[in-house]
Amino acid sequence: MSLPELWFVIIAVLWIGYFFLEGFDFGVGILSGTLARDRAERRVLINTIGPVWDGNEVWLISAGGATFAAFPEWYATLFSGFYLPLLLILVCLIVRGVAFEYRAKRPEESWQRNWELAIFVTSLTVAFLWGVAFANIVRGVPIDADFEYTGGLLNLLNPYALLGGVVAVVLFTFHGAVFTALKTVGDIRTRARRAAGLLGVVGGVLAAGFLLWTQSESGNARSLAALVVVAAALVAALLANAAGREGWAFVFSGVVIVAAFAMLFLALFPNVMPSSLDANWNLTVENASSAPYTLRIMTWCAALATPVVLVYQGWTYWVFRKRIGTQHIAS
Amino acid sequence: MDLALAPETLARWQFGITTVYHFLFVPLTISLASLTAGLQTAWVRTRNEKYLRATKFWGKLFLINIAMGVVTGIVQEFQFGMNWSDYSRFVGDVFGAPLAFEALIAFFFESTFIGLWIFGWDKLPPKLHLATIWTVAVGTVISAYFILAANSWMQHPVGYQINEESGRAELTDFWHVLTQNTAVAQFAHTITAAFLTGGAFMVGIAAYHLIRRRHTAVMRTSLRVGLITMVVAGVLTAVSGDRLGKIMYEQQPMKMASAEALWETEGPAPFSLFAVGDVDQGHNVVAVEVPGLLSFLAHDNFSEPVPGINDINEELQELYGPGDYRPNIPVAYWSFRWMIGFGMASASLGAAGLWLTRRRFWLAERLRTGEDERPRLALTRNRELPHLLTRWYWRLALLTMLFPLIANAWGWIFTETGRQPWVVYGLLKTEAAVSPGVSQVEVLISLLVFTALYAILAVIEVRLMVKYAKAGPPELTESDLNPPSRIGGDDPAADRPMAFSY
Repeated sequence: MSLPELWFVIIAVLWIGYFFLEGFDFGVGILSGTLARDRAERRVLINTIGPVWDGNEVWLISAGGATFAAFPEWYATLFSGFYLPLLLILVCLIVRGVAFEYRAKRPEESWQRNWELAIFVTSLTVAFLWGVAFANIVRGVPIDADFEYTGGLLNLLNPYALLGGVVAVVLFTFHGAVFTALKTVGDIRTRARRAAGLLGVVGGVLAAGFLLWTQSESGNARSLAALVVVAAALVAALLANAAGREGWAFVFSGVVIVAAFAMLFLALFPNVMPSSLDANWNLTVENASSAPYTLRIMTWCAALATPVVLVYQGWTYWVFRKRIGTQHIAS
Repeated sequence: MDLALAPETLARWQFGITTVYHFLFVPLTISLASLTAGLQTAWVRTRNEKYLRATKFWGKLFLINIAMGVVTGIVQEFQFGMNWSDYSRFVGDVFGAPLAFEALIAFFFESTFIGLWIFGWDKLPPKLHLATIWTVAVGTVISAYFILAANSWMQHPVGYQINEESGRAELTDFWHVLTQNTAVAQFAHTITAAFLTGGAFMVGIAAYHLIRRRHTAVMRTSLRVGLITMVVAGVLTAVSGDRLGKIMYEQQPMKMASAEALWETEGPAPFSLFAVGDVDQGHNVVAVEVPGLLSFLAHDNFSEPVPGINDINEELQELYGPGDYRPNIPVAYWSFRWMIGFGMASASLGAAGLWLTRRRFWLAERLRTGEDERPRLALTRNRELPHLLTRWYWRLALLTMLFPLIANAWGWIFTETGRQPWVVYGLLKTEAAVSPGVSQVEVLISLLVFTALYAILAVIEVRLMVKYAKAGPPELTESDLNPPSRIGGDDPAADRPMAFSY
């Protein structure tokens, strides 16, 4: 495996790690606006991810930074090309972060309600937009010989990409419901499990449509294997959820997210951003990457830092392993 | 649609606004993390409750602040690609690496351990809980190092070569990028200024309560911690600033000549106190100067010549081809003065305060105050500051919390606009760095959206800060005084409310 190929894998891992982790906290955000019946339950949901959402979001910062360093051309084309959707993502992430931190800082009803609404809307919007963005990356967008995106905003809002956005929302919400069932006690836990069953089925149908579409347009043998894993993991997650094995259900819903995004990256490789105008203008692992020296020192950094990050983030989840319910929320 | 503006104008305004705004929160985050950690250390070691109350109080303000720092930081990383795609293509190889290192090594630390600290009061034994805030504090400092190393590379590119074929800068020596004197000096200057900011913040809020004689025990301690921080950090900021200035005289003489509105090469060169310049004619109309001082600042002696703007511009034209290599000189001149003026004023007020509020040194018995009293402001051994001046000192102490914030902002405006027309000094001009595929309307939309959003958030943030700053330190609860002895809490099955929840 060449260094640029290795870095394609590392960047895929960072993005997939981001979607695995922030996937459930987007899901929890969406459920806080739909599944929770009152303020106490909303707070239970928000507090299941309270200590960890910030650490989860750093996976995005790492993915962005690593893309900048390892594939400057990819970073430049993607972020300048998907300008307005990315602006909306940034605005939502700003509001969402502030909402978590500031919601409980004032007692007024309207203050708290507004921030709760913000958490719901921004979680939903960002989940949808990441789905749209990744679907467009895989599908290919108009990129000219200078690697500049020439498509405008409307080009990004095609049926395939919009379906990708919907699938992302539903799968993240499913993942979030399974996580909620694992992390809560009381009535909300029962309802989260029921919701997970429903979302899993709906998500399965939508994801089947989107991923089969992906496979027929840009698939290969490896992406097909990932597709099979998605299907198997989804069935396993639903069975475990129905049987009340919440830990296993979470493991499998996590595999669904991981395998689904892995499939997109496998369908993409060896391109990083294919051009819909001319295959000669594709950004590829080779023509978009940094020089070997940069990739080598970055490899050292990633090899040393990532395991440490995994250990202390894992430890954080262990410290906060206790389930929470309305009785644990101070009024 | 194209507006009647240079393509880079809007993108520069956006970068300026988002970056200055981000940097209002960064120095406070860096310094308050360490100061809070220091107070919590005092609590763990002495079990004196005033330290725990101080920790909770400053920790709360720290959290309100860091939330804004974190979310505005995301924009910083992404807008290089959005508005500056040609810059990103040209430098990604070199500039991206420190950003990626920052995320993987430092930012993960900060963001993960901040969650542990916020929610960990009843989940972690005291020493382990203390370690989490120290980890956050160390993370913020490492973070700053990588970011400043990246910025230093824009100020003075080293450790790279230009690939003739691709036309891009490629990294050849990462260690050199991290350890070049520009990076070390910028880091020293920025971090010490950050601590000046945090110290002044503590002094200002402590003064607010001490004027009213409220929460005296906690605020007296906070005042002292703040004043000591201000004085130490103030001196170090000045020393590191002097060092950074000398480096800049070598690396970017144009920036420093502009900072002094020194049009012609002079030796000995004077330090300008006030000037009104005529940029088109290339000279000052009015100038008030201290002879020889600039030579000293630049070279450590009072006679060595310092090159002037007009001569440097000619040299640069010979080196890089025809063009105007002067930054916006009035901005450079005045931003440099505001930076130094507000920074020095703040440090001086700190030094005055540290002397006036001394506890025992050269102080008559009758002027000494107890732990629960507001310190008297003693000018000499037996004499207090007159009543009117005392009142004014406390008011100024409250105001001084804004001074370093103003100085920081002008400092960045100085060093970034002073480097123009270059984005990477000597290598890439700002006009060649923008995203060619992004329309001015798109940039205008994002500029307006960020400005409006940031303005709204500023109002929300400041009001929250004021609310919690005025409220003073909280009363301690049962669970504060009985921290768990085991990880995860002593009795994980207990149904009592969490010590902290969102």
